Formats: sequence, structure tokens, C-alpha cells
Amino acid sequence: MLWSCLKEKRNFPGNNMRKAKVPFSFYSHVELRESTGLKARNLRELVNIIKDAPGSVIYYHTHVFLQQHQFASPEPPNAFAYWVTHTIGDEVLGEKLGSIDISQYYTIRALREKIIEVIEGHLFDIQEIRSAVPGKEFDFTKSRSFVFTIPYRANDLAEFVEALKKITLYSLHFHIFAARLKFEKAVNDFSNWITLDLNFPELAEKIDKLDPYTYTLVGLRDKIIEMIKNSPEWNMD
Amino acid sequence: MKPTLKNYSDIVSSSIIDELKLVGGKLKGKKIQYINSTRAGGGVAEMLNCIVPLFKEMGVDVCWDVIEGDKKFFNVTKKFHNALHGREEHITDEDFETYMQTSERNIKKINIRGDIVYIHDPQPAFLIEKRNREKWIWRCHIDVSVPNERVWGFLLQFIERYDASVFSSPKFTRPLNIPQFLVCPAIDPLSDKNRPLSQREINSVLEKYGIDKTKPIVCQVSRYDYLKDPIGVIEAFKLVKKYIDCQLVLAGNRAADDPETDKVYAEVMERAKGVPDVHALIISPEHNDTDINALQRASTVIIQKSIKEGFALTVTEALWKEKPVVASAVGGIPLQIKHRYSGLLCHSIEGAAMQIRQLLHSPAYAKRLANNGKTHIKRNFLLTRLMREHMLMALALYNEDDVIYL
Repeated sequence: MLWSCLKEKRNFPGNNMRKAKVPFSFYSHVELRESTGLKARNLRELVNIIKDAPGSVIYYHTHVFLQQHQFASPEPPNAFAYWVTHTIGDEVLGEKLGSIDISQYYTIRALREKIIEVIEGHLFDIQEIRSAVPGKEFDFTKSRSFVFTIPYRANDLAEFVEALKKITLYSLHFHIFAARLKFEKAVNDFSNWITLDLNFPELAEKIDKLDPYTYTLVGLRDKIIEMIKNSPEWNMD
Repeated sequence: MKPTLKNYSDIVSSSIIDELKLVGGKLKGKKIQYINSTRAGGGVAEMLNCIVPLFKEMGVDVCWDVIEGDKKFFNVTKKFHNALHGREEHITDEDFETYMQTSERNIKKINIRGDIVYIHDPQPAFLIEKRNREKWIWRCHIDVSVPNERVWGFLLQFIERYDASVFSSPKFTRPLNIPQFLVCPAIDPLSDKNRPLSQREINSVLEKYGIDKTKPIVCQVSRYDYLKDPIGVIEAFKLVKKYIDCQLVLAGNRAADDPETDKVYAEVMERAKGVPDVHALIISPEHNDTDINALQRASTVIIQKSIKEGFALTVTEALWKEKPVVASAVGGIPLQIKHRYSGLLCHSIEGAAMQIRQLLHSPAYAKRLANNGKTHIKRNFLLTRLMREHMLMALALYNEDDVIYL
């Protein structure tokens, strides 16, 4: 639905534009963690805190493993799932939380509601609420984001690929994950630019449908570069 | 020669260093002043020795001062340290008086020069008395989750007057009325303690301490401190030794602010009597870093059997050197080791012994854990990440928003 909206926004003259109307400016995004002091001992407390926690808390716990283990992730990117599985010992709920497809949510509010729905649905079905032993509670953490421009610009796909090879994984994370969900742009920045300023909506859509949460960040970077270089749009350039 | 930012870019990538410089540029006009209790020995002094010159190279205005204290003062602060970690300590009114007397002397001596004053640990916490218009950060390297309430209550009168506090893990925090940033410590991959060494350098250190290079080495690096449980390590080693002909190396130094070393070392020597192949070493300060580096690199398995820990940078160092590690699941260790993925976590002497045996008997498994461990450290626990977070904290003190555009 979002894609059809984007396509309808502009009446494209055709796919023959080489240079972008506006160059792509790369940003980066680094985070500072802060304790909220909130701790959950069991699933009931977990879901109650999730209901009221700031959006930056939900974002942090659904993306922390993606950033920490970006070279080789042994876990789902969702810290709630990890705690429920490994500390509470509820593998069924852990799997349900870990398999929430974050790509399908365009706002933290919607993602939060889904997490709440999954936990409350599970609480309805189970008879016993287990608690974590002292010291193993779920600690709610928020992240404060610092956003800044970095000196990379791209006027076309070739320049874009060259820049993509050089930027940090923090920058990649910002444009793919944070921009879409934390900053609620709904579509990742790369696809947005490739559609609106380069007029390559098919390529942009392919990038947006990459299922980025199942890649390591290094793997994701390589995949986007490969996808662009193997696309018909690359040859048009 | 001190490493430069260019040297770090070869390890973490030039784009990471470029971003670091961009963030550093936003601190123009602000001076950060670090204050701790010792220039040498212990993780804080090591870290400051590394980051201060690098910040200066980046153009970030930093300085570092150290408070002064006599043996009596450091005996008290060591008791405070143990008590804050939750260990039973007999704290007297005289201890608090000693702390305050030394504090008052330091208040007169220390010159506050920074716009942001970054205080490490309880020893200099009182300096907040000198607060004027600066921003003040209190960095706690201790796990204060279950502290001696009397000591914690005493320190709170200072701590809650800071603008922010910093802990290594949310598990270490206490309810406070000031923000609590979460920043893990880090190691310097190019310091003498962590830089790559030639086999010749490693062999010469082994020869110096009479360690047999043909026998597997199990090694714990840490101060002689009850909380590091060197006695427990010897007991675990005895269980391993029943099956495997290996050596134990205990390697520690003396920090100026730790008066307990001799007492614990004497107990270690007593317990090691009659146990073959135990090398309990006190490394002299002038050779400490290179010798520790060589001993870690020569080790077959590294152990860190602490009862309580802050972050345990010795574990970080071992993982960075791609060594298989067996470590207690305390303090910051579980942040570094995911059990059976990047090392093995233990909870007892027997558990530690069993896991050391597993690693000594299964070198391919040990290698896989070690490899994962090194990758994890490279991504999360090197100095450049710490420098970035120090700068972000400074910037965060001037802006309370969740999203800050620099």
C-alpha cells in the first residue's frame, strides 16, 4: 500500500534519468544507552511496562542484537524474545516474539501493540506465571539517538554504491532501520530516494522488500550493492 | 611511540574514525576533565592513559587529574569498594572520618578546569563539593546492585548532586534521582597489553617466569583480591590436574590504591603449597603490560573465576587475543560471553574445572568459541566505541531530547 502511495505521488516521465534530482546525503546515527530503572520479573510485569515505556525503549530492545551481533548474529534481534526464552524458559512465547516480522510495522506504536497482543494472548493460555530469579530481571533501557551528516553524497547509482561501500554500519542502520521505524518514515531512505529522485521505483521496491532483519548488517550492505549492480537500472546508467 | 588514530583506523575502519572526529568536532569549546585516584594500575588508569592522548589528537580538549591519598585513605576506600560490591566489611565511624579528612585536603588541592568534570568511582566522589557552573558525571565501575547500605547511603549525599551517573550494566545500578547512562568499558587493542607480540617476545616472558612452554597453560590475570577468588582458581586447577598435565599461572600486579594484595597473595601461596605447576606471579609495574600480554597469548585457556566483578576487562583482553575463556557469570562478564557461543560461563569451582577440561580436550571447539569472542569484542568493546560514548555523554548533558541532531 505504501508503495502504491509513493508511486502515485509523482508522475514520472520515464526511467531514463541518470542523475538524481536531489543527491542522496548520507547520515549516521549513534546511540547512548540510558537505564530507565524499570525491571520486569515476569511476563505480566513485562507486558505492563511495555505498554507505558517510551518508544525509544521499544526500539532499543527490538534492535539491540542486530547492532551488537551485526557480524554473526546467533540470536533474533529482539531482546524480549531472548529473555522470555532464556530466562523465563518459555520457548513457545519466545519463538512467537522472535518471529514478529518487524518489517511489517511502520510505527513503534504499531509494533508495541503487536508485542503486547502476542504476550497477552499467551498469558491468557498459560496457567502458571514464572518469575525470573533475582538478578535476572528484564532491565528496560532506552537509547538516545545522535544524528549527524557524514561527507558522502550520491548523484547516481554508481556514486551511491561507492558511498555504500564506505559508510559505517551505523549509517546503514540509520537509513534502513531507524529512518523507517524510529523516525517513522515508513519506507527506508534508500528506497525513498531511488523512487523519488532517481525514478527507479521497481529497484526501490526490491530494496524495501529485502527482509532486512534476517541479514547481518554486513550481509545487508553486500546484498543491496549486489542488487543494485545486477539491476536493469544499473545498466541504464 | 603512542599509537595514533590512523593506527586505530586500520583495526576498526577509517569510516569509524571519521565519524568519531565528526562527533568530537561538536564538542568544540568544551573541556572534559577526568579525575580518578591513581595514574597506574587498574582498569581506569589504563583506560585514561589510552584515551586522553587520542582525544587530544582529535582536537577534543581533555585533561586528567588524580587525587592524593595516603595508605589509610586507600585502606578505607578499598573497604568501601568491597562493601559496595556487597561483601561483608566492618565499616567504622573513623573510616568515614578518614575519607572526609583526605577529601577536604583534595578539595583544596584539585583545580577544577573542565566544563565537563568526569569523576571515576567513590574515591574522588566528594569533589562535587567544588561544583560551580560545570556539568558533573560520576562514573561507577562497581556493581552496586546489592551494596552495604551504610556506605551507599554515605556516598549518595555526593552522587545525587551530579548531573548524571554512568554504570557498565543496568544490573549494576541503584535507583537514583539523576540519569544513569550505560557505558561498557573497553580495551585498547594497540596498548602494550593488547598489541600483537612475536613468538620470540612471548617465549622470553615465559622463560623469565620459568613457565614451561610445552605444557598447556591455564591462566587467570587479576589483582590478588578476594573478589577475584584466586583460591577458588587453585581449587579448580587441582581438579583439572587430576586428568591433564597442565600449568596454572596466576598473574597480578599491585595498584597504588589496593592495599590488600600482600595479604591475599600470602594466602594464595599457602594454598598452592604442594600443588605442582602453580606459578603465582606478581608482575612489576614497569613490565606489567607486556608481560601480561605475553602470558595471555601463551595461555591455552583463560579463566576469570571472580565472585564479584565490575566489567572484567581481563576477559575482554583474553577474548580479543582469541583465547577460549571460562568465566564466572557475574558482573559484566555475561555481556561479553554468551555461554557456549563466545566462551563458557561457570558458577562454581567444580563447574569451572569441568569447563577447563572440556576446552583443553576439545581444541576445535575452543577455537570456535575464541573466534566468536574476538569478533564480539571487535564490534563492541574496543576503545573507539568508548571514546564515542564519552563524547555523546558530554553532549547529552546539554540536551535532554531522545533524538539529538548534531
